[in-house]
Amino acid sequence: MNKAVVDLSPTDWNGHIMQKRIASRYAAERRFKALGFMAVALSTLFLAFLLFTMLGQGLRGFQRTEIAVEFDFPTLTAGATAASVTGPNADAALNSMDIPGIVELSVGQQYAGLGDSLLTSAAAANVRQMLINNPELVTSKQTLWLPADSRLDVAFKRQGEPAAEKTVATLSEKDALRTGFNWTFLTGADATDPSAVGIWAAFKGSLMTMAITLLLAFPVGVLAALYLEEYASKNRLTDMIEVSINNLAAVPSIIFGLLGLAVFLSIFGMPRSSALVGGLTLALMTMPVIVIAGRNAVKSVPPSIREAALGIGASPVQVVFHHVLPLALPGILTGTIIGMARALGETAPLLMIGMRAFIPAAPQGFTDAATALPVQIYLWSDEVNQGFVEKTSAAIIVLLIFLLGMNALAIYLRNRFETRW
Amino acid sequence: MTGTALLFLVLGLGLVGWIFGRARASGFVRNAKGGPRGTVNSLPYYHGWFVAICAVAPALLFMVIWQSVSPALVTNMVLSAPAAAELPQDTFARAAILSEARAIAQGFQTTAFQDMSEKLVPLYQGALSYYKWLGVAATLMLFFAGGAYAFTRLKPDFRARSKVERVIMFGLLVASLIAIITTLGIFASLIFETWRFISMVSPFEFLFGTDWNPKSAVTPGADNGYGAIPLFWGTIFIGAIIAMIVAIPLGLMSAIFLTQYASSTVRKWMKPILEILAGVPTVVYGYFAALTVAPAVRDFAVMLGVSNAASDNALAAGIVMGVMIIPLVSSMSDDSIAAVPNAMRDGSLAMGATKSETIKKVLLPAALPGVVGGVLLAVSRAIGETMIVVMAAGYTANLTANPFDTITSITVQIVALLTGDQDFGSPHTLAAFALGLTLFVTTFFLNYVALRVVKKYREAYE
Repeated sequence: MNKAVVDLSPTDWNGHIMQKRIASRYAAERRFKALGFMAVALSTLFLAFLLFTMLGQGLRGFQRTEIAVEFDFPTLTAGATAASVTGPNADAALNSMDIPGIVELSVGQQYAGLGDSLLTSAAAANVRQMLINNPELVTSKQTLWLPADSRLDVAFKRQGEPAAEKTVATLSEKDALRTGFNWTFLTGADATDPSAVGIWAAFKGSLMTMAITLLLAFPVGVLAALYLEEYASKNRLTDMIEVSINNLAAVPSIIFGLLGLAVFLSIFGMPRSSALVGGLTLALMTMPVIVIAGRNAVKSVPPSIREAALGIGASPVQVVFHHVLPLALPGILTGTIIGMARALGETAPLLMIGMRAFIPAAPQGFTDAATALPVQIYLWSDEVNQGFVEKTSAAIIVLLIFLLGMNALAIYLRNRFETRW
Repeated sequence: MTGTALLFLVLGLGLVGWIFGRARASGFVRNAKGGPRGTVNSLPYYHGWFVAICAVAPALLFMVIWQSVSPALVTNMVLSAPAAAELPQDTFARAAILSEARAIAQGFQTTAFQDMSEKLVPLYQGALSYYKWLGVAATLMLFFAGGAYAFTRLKPDFRARSKVERVIMFGLLVASLIAIITTLGIFASLIFETWRFISMVSPFEFLFGTDWNPKSAVTPGADNGYGAIPLFWGTIFIGAIIAMIVAIPLGLMSAIFLTQYASSTVRKWMKPILEILAGVPTVVYGYFAALTVAPAVRDFAVMLGVSNAASDNALAAGIVMGVMIIPLVSSMSDDSIAAVPNAMRDGSLAMGATKSETIKKVLLPAALPGVVGGVLLAVSRAIGETMIVVMAAGYTANLTANPFDTITSITVQIVALLTGDQDFGSPHTLAAFALGLTLFVTTFFLNYVALRVVKKYREAYE
């Protein structure tokens, strides 16, 4: 029988085998670290790629192609004077001019043979606005730059249809094309023609929805957070409230849309696709976020503050509202802004309550049919027309600017006002 | 006068009541004998609040009730008028005419499509304004009655503070109860509509059928195309398989790199950047997936020789969804790695293990329950996610494991079923609620288990 040989000599760390083993362990270490670095780099690259794609496409959405059109106003309007298009009768005077006819005639004379749709469908409205802004124009011959039709717009900015490319080439030779800033995009509403669309209506809808959300979710969220942290005794009811809030914070947003549809629309009969219902639905979704952030902020106020206030004779309500709440407010506000940013980017629940309608004008009241910025992005992304691609990306840029701004504000508030006890 | 104007009037008058109540209490303090406040029990502004609450609260409560009751009263008044006798007996036609006349009278609509409704417009206008002014008068009367009652009760020894504080405590409790009411509301509405759905379509077909092609008219007992298995599979395939294959390695490795290897400067900059990924709205991800990722994936598939690759493939939606989930997985892993006691890590390092060996053999096994909890939360987020799949994945129900094929999910079908022009009782609408209930129960269960796992694990190390 062979006895196992026990090597009692100390490990030779400088020996060949040990050196090899250490080298391979260090190599594994480097590989692991590189993997970690790659994970972070990949995520960042993806974000950068997304942002650059949106910027690359979207910046064009803020520009438009304009065509020079010469108007011989004195002849076309039968000698209208500047005075006739100002004052209270301006509307009637402008209506009697038949501006769409004038535009069609002028374009037809100058660019005969280039097809009949050179200008955007909103061109006549643009001319009308120019005349209102500057009545002097009607007294003389004028060259106005009017936004081009979407097909030409696409062809001028990048590759378009062959026919449109040809038209653009002809127009460029005549020096009749230029690129201008697309004001309509910031002030207009949805339209079927991509060269006439704007985001103001959707943006206003978003603002109104957010106003309702903030008005409801903020007070309710703060009060609930104060109750749960400061007053609630440990019992079944409190447990149920806590479970509900934690659960609501994780419920998919589309479920809130179903709730809005079933309760606000069909039981309460509130107006469909209105900012009111959208705000209510999003408020229910945002409230738990505010409660959770609020509880953490209230919890971080040290008990010595409460005891000091109680000690000099404040009532429990005074302790909370005069001392705890002001100290916790920065934290609560940070949580509220983050919750509101999430609500601002939310689409699915708003689709459920019908905020996907075609809205050609900005809503005037909280019960008017409205749409919201993310929903508008979704609607435009579904359009077949090539001209909508850059408009969708441009709307995304606007949305992202607001969201990133809100998040930056939240981070700033946290760093500026957060007290370390 | 509109409801909003009345609301502001009541609130403005409430402010006036506050000022009056406070002024009166200040008078008590000024005239008090002995000590700076004498025998005055509460600070003056508590008296102000008492008056304001007594005046505004009943008025607001009445306004809410009146809002829900007055439409029925208006309709009754119109129906009792002689002109309403000509209305058709058919319930649907009747309701259509009434609602149109009402819309015109309120100014929501300008032209009538039915002759009958035009005759009812003046009736409606009359009834609306009658009840509106009645409501305004009653609201103001309640306001002044409440205010006057409160004002007469103000005395130097009146305990205004305890009364006001009781109202505040009541308000706090009500605010907390809203969470329960919302949860119950979700449950009740989903279950009620699902009940109506399974009284039309058998629940066995819904839960175990493999054919999803919903018909708008259902026949009991037959196959109506409401078999939701392809939807369940699509949801799991995109949200729990593809997205997690992307999110778990990237999220976990990012967390490890940022907490264990990166310098504090890198960590300070990279953490917020990763969190931006969670802040990008899902509609933006969806657009990006549909416009950029999906065509790239299809080209890649064609290059591999997959001939039937769809442009709305499951892979694109899954990848983008995974990227969206990275910050969630990363922050949950971060938390659970940080919760592992330092003694364990120090012990391992002291024995001569390298950093990566310590992480792989000590930290990760110890943090595993927390990581698993985080992954479960991430799965629940992913299967409830709507916009990415609506925009990037398809609408065709497909029972396939081919990631280049088009596939649909529960959320996509909810959107598809509810955005058609169906009335509320149609099987399409009700099916959406049944799908919603399935989704709600699944995510509720996942969240519950995840939170339990995380909590248990925390307790183990505390």
